[in-house]
Amino acid sequence: MSEIVAGWPILSILTFLPAAGALLILLSRMSARGLNPGYDNGVKLLTLFFTIATFIVSLFAFAAFDAGNPDYQLVENVPWAFGASYAMGVDTLAMSLVMLTTFLTPLCILASWSIEKQVSSYMVLFLVLETLMIGVFCAQDIILFYVFFEGGLIPMFILIGVWGGERRVYAAFKFFLYTLLGSLLMLVAIVAMIAMARAAGIENPSSIPALTAFAQSGGFSPDIQIWLWVAFFASFAVKMPMWPVHTWLPDAHVEAPTAASVVLAAILLKMGGYGFLRFSLPMFPDASHFFTPFVFALSVIAIVWASLVAFRQLDMKKLIAYSSVAHMGFVTMGIFSGNEQGIQGAIFQMLSHGVISGALFLCVGVVYDRMHTREIAFYGGLVHRMPVYAAIFLLFTMGNVGLPGTGGFPGEILTMVGAFQVNAWVAAGAALGVIFSAAYALTLYRKVAFGMIENPKLDAIADLDAREWVTFIPLIIATLVMGFAPSYVLDFTSNSAEAISSAFLGARP
Amino acid sequence: MNAMSDLSASVPLAYPELLLVGFALAAAIIGAWFKDRAFDALSWLGVAAIVGAGVLAMYGPFAPVEIFQGAMVVDGVAVFAKVLIAFSGAATLALGWDHFAKAGDKRFEYPVLIALSVLGMFVMASAQDLITLYVGVELQSLAGYVLAAWRRDDARSSEAGLKYFVLSAISSGLLLFGSSFVYGFTGSIRFDAIAAAVGEGAGGIGLVFGLVLMLCALGFKMSAAPFHMWTPDVYEGAPTPVTAFFAAAPKVAAIALMTRVLYEPFAEMEGQWRQVVMALAAISMVWGSVAALLQTNLKRLMAYSSVSNIGFALMGVAAGGEVGASSALIYMTLYLPANIGIFALILAMRREGAPAETVADLAGMAKQRPWMAALFTMLLFSIAGIPPFAGFMGKLVVFGAAVDAGLIWLAVLGAVAAVVAAAYYLRLIASIWFAPSAEQLHAPSGTVMLTATAAAALTFPVLVLMLGVVEYWAEAAVRMSF
Repeated sequence: MSEIVAGWPILSILTFLPAAGALLILLSRMSARGLNPGYDNGVKLLTLFFTIATFIVSLFAFAAFDAGNPDYQLVENVPWAFGASYAMGVDTLAMSLVMLTTFLTPLCILASWSIEKQVSSYMVLFLVLETLMIGVFCAQDIILFYVFFEGGLIPMFILIGVWGGERRVYAAFKFFLYTLLGSLLMLVAIVAMIAMARAAGIENPSSIPALTAFAQSGGFSPDIQIWLWVAFFASFAVKMPMWPVHTWLPDAHVEAPTAASVVLAAILLKMGGYGFLRFSLPMFPDASHFFTPFVFALSVIAIVWASLVAFRQLDMKKLIAYSSVAHMGFVTMGIFSGNEQGIQGAIFQMLSHGVISGALFLCVGVVYDRMHTREIAFYGGLVHRMPVYAAIFLLFTMGNVGLPGTGGFPGEILTMVGAFQVNAWVAAGAALGVIFSAAYALTLYRKVAFGMIENPKLDAIADLDAREWVTFIPLIIATLVMGFAPSYVLDFTSNSAEAISSAFLGARP
Repeated sequence: MNAMSDLSASVPLAYPELLLVGFALAAAIIGAWFKDRAFDALSWLGVAAIVGAGVLAMYGPFAPVEIFQGAMVVDGVAVFAKVLIAFSGAATLALGWDHFAKAGDKRFEYPVLIALSVLGMFVMASAQDLITLYVGVELQSLAGYVLAAWRRDDARSSEAGLKYFVLSAISSGLLLFGSSFVYGFTGSIRFDAIAAAVGEGAGGIGLVFGLVLMLCALGFKMSAAPFHMWTPDVYEGAPTPVTAFFAAAPKVAAIALMTRVLYEPFAEMEGQWRQVVMALAAISMVWGSVAALLQTNLKRLMAYSSVSNIGFALMGVAAGGEVGASSALIYMTLYLPANIGIFALILAMRREGAPAETVADLAGMAKQRPWMAALFTMLLFSIAGIPPFAGFMGKLVVFGAAVDAGLIWLAVLGAVAAVVAAAYYLRLIASIWFAPSAEQLHAPSGTVMLTATAAAALTFPVLVLMLGVVEYWAEAAVRMSF
């Protein structure tokens, strides 16, 4: 298959295919005077078509990609301005996250079928968002990375603000301004890094591989690294989100439409972890060592504290949002343990959390579409009316808890193994979090699924329909495969993890 | 060179200015004859003349050529600035023509005054001695006072005109006072002679005094904080097309002029002027962003937005060197389309036959006029500096210049100010998209939509893709001029 795409700018096609779909919808919207009722359905189908096509293109890219090669592959490069260039390329870390994105987006579109308000705008924004998300992982130029990274705020802002719940405007503002502040500080740091690299005579100073090589040859002195690290941290920690700058997440999640929640949890949060792995560790290894205890402390606080807060939530989405904060704590802990197990675990956890938390938000969406409330107390005894739903919800709840055999387990255990080698107390704290996570997740499940039906409104609630089946099946398969055969993923990402780990450990003082 | 041969050599290089002079004088006579019936024809001719002047300016040399015995110069920066001034001036004249024709307020002086003001800006961009500088600034402003007070029977418009006139007169006084210091301590009004005198160590504290006074006056003309007090009131009171005109072309002229004054006669005093420009930049960015948060009138809000944007351009100027000057030019190039487009859309907003000018009036636009809402959103995100729009690239390039010059604190301050500024642009976007719809918005006119669509297309993707070209020209202009 790799011969088919040889010579094609496959990553650009992959990135801009959804945007082309968005453009098509815009054009059709302009010509469709006096919208007929079939128009919205047509738009939905068109969007689904484009997202599936994107997934298929990503399969081609995957086939053309050589997992054994640690370098950037499928590289494209066109000079642009300010010494920056339009450079694309992926390594195994980026490729795995691209696959996650293209895999989940069609499912999000399926989950958005119940949207009735301003359908074409919604679909356009979603497609643009997919373009930007794929672009973040494919960008090989730091300016280009920033453009995609930051551009993602625009569609998310409007998605949350228009299609969200009651406090949607507040949530949209909070999301945008929080992330913008972090990002702009990172921008200043990026500009400073480019200036330093240029002064040192690096030929293309904004290229990520060139900057990484420059950094690893000691281009940034430890004192400067500290400042750069802090600026990048400001951006990625908000995106991650790490305690205590996570407060935008529950608000944004609760108010976002189901599919936007899925994208937010499954993909946008991964940009923070991706950033740490791509920039902080390999480019500022000395500073990363310096700040490791700090990050560990924040991670353990996030794991324990967010789990406890999740336990007390009355809203299903908010509970899952806090559990995301806890799970991201495992990711940061794994990343900054710096050894291969930890980093492998972190990458795995990012991918599995993408699938599982995405699926959990879809589970909430299923009952929300029917009852229009996410209040936990409203439900109870769903297993009597929706046995299939209850079974699926159970699987993903177990995944969230990290039960062996589901995708949630390998990531958590690996990050803890990694952290244990550095600091046993940190691993112990994280293990405590695992117990708490069982407590809140199972409590949620018990309250929603078990017991007798006491709310008469639930008497007529229907089980999954065909569309929802189709949405869940790929997620179920992915969760189980990741649980039973984690080595598919781990072998694939191993050379990225190895490279990042050796860059980091090589700088150990 | 004797006077005749100098004149014959100078005239071809002054074609753009002469075209504008010719149009303005002819239009004044035609208008006096045909009265306001000539409005449409003169407006059309005015747009053509200004665009023509811009096109002629494009043929000017990048390497400096002095004309009219050294009173003016044609060089890369002048050419670059004139092209920007001409195109934004022509776009705003077209908007005003459309607006006044629809409002039934056809007075033939409008295109004449706009052309004279543009001529003043051309002279500013080419000024090579203190007298030319003053004449250019005054010509530009005098036309501006009349334009601001265009609606004579509207109290706010008259107030705007008067306020602009009185405050601007004070700043002109400062400019003259400062120039007299400079002349007194260097013995010349010519920029090259001043530069030579400064290089030999002339002046001392008196020269610094003169320079600072001149900078304050120029700061006033470009509405940099803390000399921006007139801006919100004038922007609010003046008719919207006039506001659109004020917010675009004069800023470019003022930035180009300030750059020239700092880089040519006072290049040796960089240590002194840098402090002042840095302060202007920092205060403008911060105050422009913070004060805008409280505004509900769109035109006042855009006034503060222009203050903060001038602050970013000044950050580039403060960085100094070729990189700094070219970054300021690039910033202005990328800022103008969004600014003009937004004013075009403000102009188009009418509910129940009355102009709608507040943030609340934007409500429901996404439902009622989706295309207009999409354009507005793009332009606002561009001016807020969010990628992938052109406005972001502008911020990027001035940040780059500031960091290169070691002004990291200024860049960080700019980043924080940009977040604050994003908050008020987001308020507008939130009103467009999230607020429930109010009464029906009128359909905008074709001219307005064309202007706004072109502006939005420039912010993304045209200028973004052509950024390398813009960068090349701006750098060449600066490198060959100074």
